[in-house]
Amino acid sequence: MQEKSTQVKMDEVQCAGGFITVIRFEGDITSASETAVLGTYKGLPDDARRILLDFSKVEYLNSSGIALVIQMMIAASKHGQTIKTFGLTPHFQKVFTMVGITKYTSLHPDEQTACAAFDA
Amino acid sequence: MDNNPSTIELHIPSRLGYEKIAMNTAASAARIMGFTDERIEDLKTAVAEACINAMEHGNKLDESLSVGVVLSMNADSLEVKVRDTGAGAPGHGIAPDIDKKMHEEEKARGMGMFLIQALVDEAEWVSSPRTGSYARMVIHLHHTGE
Repeated sequence: MQEKSTQVKMDEVQCAGGFITVIRFEGDITSASETAVLGTYKGLPDDARRILLDFSKVEYLNSSGIALVIQMMIAASKHGQTIKTFGLTPHFQKVFTMVGITKYTSLHPDEQTACAAFDA
Repeated sequence: MDNNPSTIELHIPSRLGYEKIAMNTAASAARIMGFTDERIEDLKTAVAEACINAMEHGNKLDESLSVGVVLSMNADSLEVKVRDTGAGAPGHGIAPDIDKKMHEEEKARGMGMFLIQALVDEAEWVSSPRTGSYARMVIHLHHTGE
Protein backbone atom coordinates (compact mmCIF):
# COMPACT_ATOMS: atom_id res chain seq x y z
CA MET A 1 0.00 0.00 0.00
CA GLN A 2 1.28 3.42 -0.93
CA GLU A 3 0.39 6.76 0.57
CA LYS A 4 -2.30 8.32 -1.55
CA SER A 5 -0.69 10.86 -3.81
CA THR A 6 -1.33 14.57 -3.79
CA GLN A 7 -2.83 16.03 -6.92
CA VAL A 8 -2.32 19.73 -7.42
CA LYS A 9 -3.91 21.97 -10.03
CA MET A 10 -3.06 25.58 -10.60
CA ASP A 11 -5.69 28.06 -11.72
CA GLU A 12 -6.00 31.77 -12.27
CA VAL A 13 -9.30 33.31 -11.33
CA GLN A 14 -10.58 36.82 -11.84
CA CYS A 15 -11.77 38.55 -8.70
CA ALA A 16 -12.93 42.10 -8.23
CA GLY A 17 -9.42 43.36 -7.62
CA GLY A 18 -7.73 41.42 -10.45
CA PHE A 19 -6.32 37.95 -11.01
CA ILE A 20 -5.60 35.53 -8.19
CA THR A 21 -3.54 32.34 -8.46
CA VAL A 22 -5.35 29.34 -6.97
CA ILE A 23 -3.52 26.17 -5.93
CA ARG A 24 -6.04 23.36 -5.66
CA PHE A 25 -4.99 20.33 -3.61
CA GLU A 26 -6.64 16.93 -3.87
CA GLY A 27 -6.01 13.65 -2.03
CA ASP A 28 -3.56 13.39 0.85
CA ILE A 29 -1.06 15.99 2.03
CA THR A 30 1.71 14.24 3.95
CA SER A 31 5.50 14.05 4.07
CA ALA A 32 5.29 12.43 0.62
CA SER A 33 3.77 15.61 -0.84
CA GLU A 34 6.86 17.81 -0.87
CA THR A 35 7.27 17.85 -4.64
CA ALA A 36 3.55 18.37 -5.19
CA VAL A 37 3.26 21.21 -2.69
CA LEU A 38 6.58 23.05 -2.86
CA GLY A 39 7.26 22.10 -6.49
CA THR A 40 3.93 23.58 -7.54
CA TYR A 41 4.64 26.72 -5.56
CA LYS A 42 8.05 27.11 -7.26
CA GLY A 43 6.32 26.84 -10.64
CA LEU A 44 4.05 29.81 -10.01
CA PRO A 45 4.37 32.74 -12.40
CA ASP A 46 6.83 35.38 -11.20
CA ASP A 47 4.11 38.00 -11.05
CA ALA A 48 1.80 35.95 -8.78
CA ARG A 49 1.19 38.15 -5.77
CA ARG A 50 -2.12 36.87 -4.42
CA ILE A 51 -2.36 33.13 -3.80
CA LEU A 52 -5.35 31.12 -2.73
CA LEU A 53 -4.99 27.59 -1.32
CA ASP A 54 -7.96 25.30 -1.98
CA PHE A 55 -8.23 22.38 0.47
CA SER A 56 -11.82 21.44 -0.37
CA LYS A 57 -10.82 18.10 -1.96
CA VAL A 58 -8.15 17.11 0.57
CA GLU A 59 -8.99 13.78 2.16
CA TYR A 60 -6.15 13.42 4.67
CA LEU A 61 -3.77 15.98 6.10
CA ASN A 62 -1.22 15.33 8.83
CA SER A 63 1.35 17.43 10.68
CA SER A 64 4.03 16.73 8.05
CA GLY A 65 1.63 18.04 5.41
CA ILE A 66 0.89 21.11 7.52
CA ALA A 67 4.65 21.67 7.78
CA LEU A 68 4.83 21.78 3.97
CA VAL A 69 2.09 24.41 3.94
CA ILE A 70 4.15 26.41 6.46
CA GLN A 71 7.23 26.07 4.23
CA MET A 72 5.19 27.40 1.32
CA MET A 73 4.05 30.32 3.48
CA ILE A 74 7.67 31.06 4.43
CA ALA A 75 8.63 31.20 0.76
CA ALA A 76 5.60 33.34 -0.07
CA SER A 77 6.44 35.73 2.73
CA LYS A 78 9.97 36.17 1.33
CA HIS A 79 8.49 37.00 -2.08
CA GLY A 80 5.98 39.49 -0.71
CA GLN A 81 3.04 37.29 -1.66
CA THR A 82 -0.22 37.06 0.27
CA ILE A 83 -1.82 33.66 0.92
CA LYS A 84 -5.44 33.01 1.81
CA THR A 85 -7.00 29.64 2.42
CA PHE A 86 -10.40 28.03 1.90
CA GLY A 87 -12.10 24.65 1.94
CA LEU A 88 -10.62 23.29 5.16
CA THR A 89 -12.96 21.12 7.22
CA PRO A 90 -13.97 22.54 10.61
CA HIS A 91 -11.53 20.10 12.23
CA PHE A 92 -8.57 21.35 10.21
CA GLN A 93 -9.64 24.96 10.66
CA LYS A 94 -9.28 24.20 14.38
CA VAL A 95 -5.90 22.52 13.87
CA PHE A 96 -4.57 25.42 11.76
CA THR A 97 -5.72 27.80 14.49
CA MET A 98 -4.07 25.66 17.21
CA VAL A 99 -0.68 25.72 15.51
CA GLY A 100 -0.92 29.45 14.83
CA ILE A 101 -1.00 29.42 11.03
CA THR A 102 -3.95 31.78 11.11
CA LYS A 103 -1.53 34.53 12.09
CA TYR A 104 -0.12 34.33 8.55
CA THR A 105 -3.10 33.28 6.45
CA SER A 106 -6.82 33.80 6.83
CA LEU A 107 -9.23 30.86 6.58
CA HIS A 108 -12.41 31.16 4.54
CA PRO A 109 -15.35 28.84 3.99
CA ASP A 110 -15.38 29.09 0.19
CA GLU A 111 -13.57 30.51 -2.83
CA GLN A 112 -15.86 33.49 -3.25
CA THR A 113 -15.38 34.68 0.33
CA ALA A 114 -11.64 34.11 0.13
CA CYS A 115 -11.38 36.09 -3.13
CA ALA A 116 -13.35 38.95 -1.64
CA ALA A 117 -11.03 39.00 1.36
CA PHE A 118 -8.09 40.03 -0.87
CA ASP A 119 -9.91 43.27 -1.60
CA ALA A 120 -11.21 43.89 1.91
CA MET B 1 -21.64 -0.23 25.99
CA ASP B 2 -21.36 -2.42 29.10
CA ASN B 3 -18.71 -2.16 31.82
CA ASN B 4 -16.48 -4.85 30.33
CA PRO B 5 -13.94 -3.25 28.06
CA SER B 6 -13.75 -4.51 24.51
CA THR B 7 -10.24 -4.60 23.15
CA ILE B 8 -9.07 -4.40 19.57
CA GLU B 9 -5.42 -4.90 18.73
CA LEU B 10 -3.67 -4.08 15.48
CA HIS B 11 -0.11 -4.45 14.30
CA ILE B 12 0.87 -2.25 11.41
CA PRO B 13 4.21 -2.10 9.61
CA SER B 14 6.37 0.99 10.05
CA ARG B 15 5.46 2.30 6.63
CA LEU B 16 4.08 5.81 6.26
CA GLY B 17 0.51 5.68 5.05
CA TYR B 18 -0.39 2.64 7.16
CA GLU B 19 -1.26 4.93 10.07
CA LYS B 20 -4.56 5.44 8.27
CA ILE B 21 -5.52 1.83 9.09
CA ALA B 22 -5.16 2.56 12.81
CA MET B 23 -6.81 5.96 12.41
CA ASN B 24 -9.86 4.53 10.64
CA THR B 25 -10.16 1.61 13.06
CA ALA B 26 -10.11 4.02 16.01
CA ALA B 27 -12.72 6.16 14.26
CA SER B 28 -14.97 3.11 13.76
CA ALA B 29 -14.66 2.18 17.44
CA ALA B 30 -15.44 5.75 18.51
CA ARG B 31 -18.44 5.87 16.18
CA ILE B 32 -19.83 2.64 17.64
CA MET B 33 -19.42 4.11 21.13
CA GLY B 34 -21.42 7.21 20.20
CA PHE B 35 -18.73 9.89 20.06
CA THR B 36 -19.61 13.01 18.08
CA ASP B 37 -18.12 13.63 14.65
CA GLU B 38 -15.98 16.44 16.08
CA ARG B 39 -14.43 14.15 18.71
CA ILE B 40 -13.89 11.43 16.12
CA GLU B 41 -11.96 13.87 13.92
CA ASP B 42 -9.85 14.87 16.95
CA LEU B 43 -9.12 11.22 17.69
CA LYS B 44 -8.26 10.44 14.06
CA THR B 45 -5.60 13.14 13.97
CA ALA B 46 -4.20 12.12 17.37
CA VAL B 47 -3.98 8.42 16.46
CA ALA B 48 -2.43 9.15 13.06
CA GLU B 49 0.19 11.43 14.63
CA ALA B 50 1.02 8.88 17.35
CA CYS B 51 1.47 6.14 14.73
CA ILE B 52 3.68 8.38 12.55
CA ASN B 53 5.84 9.22 15.58
CA ALA B 54 6.11 5.52 16.45
CA MET B 55 7.10 4.64 12.88
CA GLU B 56 9.56 7.49 12.37
CA HIS B 57 11.14 8.02 15.79
CA GLY B 58 10.47 4.74 17.59
CA ASN B 59 10.99 2.21 14.81
CA LYS B 60 13.18 4.44 12.58
CA LEU B 61 10.97 3.50 9.60
CA ASP B 62 12.27 -0.07 9.74
CA GLU B 63 9.43 -1.86 7.97
CA SER B 64 10.30 -5.14 9.67
CA LEU B 65 9.26 -3.54 12.98
CA SER B 66 5.58 -3.15 13.63
CA VAL B 67 3.64 -0.52 15.52
CA GLY B 68 1.16 -2.01 17.97
CA VAL B 69 -2.16 -0.26 18.46
CA VAL B 70 -4.51 -1.31 21.24
CA LEU B 71 -7.99 0.18 21.47
CA SER B 72 -9.82 -0.36 24.75
CA MET B 73 -13.51 0.52 24.56
CA ASN B 74 -14.74 1.20 28.09
CA ALA B 75 -18.19 2.26 29.26
CA ASP B 76 -17.45 5.97 28.98
CA SER B 77 -14.04 6.27 27.40
CA LEU B 78 -11.89 5.02 24.60
CA GLU B 79 -8.20 4.43 25.28
CA VAL B 80 -5.67 4.04 22.48
CA LYS B 81 -2.12 2.84 23.10
CA VAL B 82 0.42 3.10 20.30
CA ARG B 83 3.53 1.05 20.97
CA ASP B 84 6.92 0.99 19.22
CA THR B 85 10.34 -0.53 19.87
CA GLY B 86 12.13 2.75 20.58
CA ALA B 87 13.45 4.35 23.74
CA GLY B 88 10.49 6.67 24.10
CA ALA B 89 9.44 10.13 23.10
CA PRO B 90 12.07 12.81 23.64
CA GLY B 91 9.73 15.34 25.20
CA HIS B 92 6.15 16.38 25.42
CA GLY B 93 3.85 18.39 23.28
CA ILE B 94 5.31 21.85 23.38
CA ALA B 95 3.15 24.35 21.54
CA PRO B 96 4.67 25.32 18.19
CA ASP B 97 5.92 28.88 17.86
CA ILE B 98 4.61 29.93 14.47
CA ASP B 99 6.69 33.12 14.43
CA LYS B 100 9.89 31.10 14.94
CA LYS B 101 8.80 28.68 12.23
CA MET B 102 8.06 31.52 9.81
CA HIS B 103 11.46 33.05 10.57
CA GLU B 104 13.12 29.63 10.17
CA GLU B 105 14.35 29.65 13.77
CA GLU B 106 12.36 26.46 14.43
CA LYS B 107 11.74 23.49 12.12
CA ALA B 108 8.46 23.61 10.21
CA ARG B 109 7.80 20.02 11.34
CA GLY B 110 7.48 18.81 14.94
CA MET B 111 3.85 19.48 15.82
CA GLY B 112 2.63 15.90 16.24
CA MET B 113 2.92 15.57 20.00
CA PHE B 114 1.44 19.00 20.54
CA LEU B 115 -1.58 18.09 18.43
CA ILE B 116 -2.06 14.80 20.26
CA GLN B 117 -2.00 16.55 23.62
CA ALA B 118 -4.33 19.29 22.43
CA LEU B 119 -6.91 17.01 20.80
CA VAL B 120 -7.48 14.23 23.33
CA ASP B 121 -8.60 14.35 26.97
CA GLU B 122 -5.58 12.48 28.33
CA ALA B 123 -2.19 11.92 26.71
CA GLU B 124 0.99 10.43 28.09
CA TRP B 125 4.18 8.96 26.73
CA VAL B 126 5.75 6.05 28.55
CA SER B 127 9.40 5.25 27.88
CA SER B 128 10.36 1.63 28.22
CA PRO B 129 13.26 0.71 25.95
CA ARG B 130 13.25 -2.94 27.05
CA THR B 131 9.59 -3.74 26.55
CA GLY B 132 8.61 -1.06 24.06
CA SER B 133 7.59 2.53 24.61
CA TYR B 134 4.09 3.77 24.03
CA ALA B 135 1.83 6.77 23.68
CA ARG B 136 -1.45 6.51 25.56
CA MET B 137 -4.45 8.60 24.61
CA VAL B 138 -7.93 8.69 26.08
CA ILE B 139 -11.11 10.43 25.01
CA HIS B 140 -14.14 10.53 27.28
CA LEU B 141 -17.72 10.27 26.09
CA HIS B 142 -18.83 13.00 28.47
CA HIS B 143 -16.21 15.50 27.43
CA THR B 144 -16.49 18.84 29.19
CA GLY B 145 -13.66 20.66 27.43
CA GLU B 146 -13.93 23.20 24.61
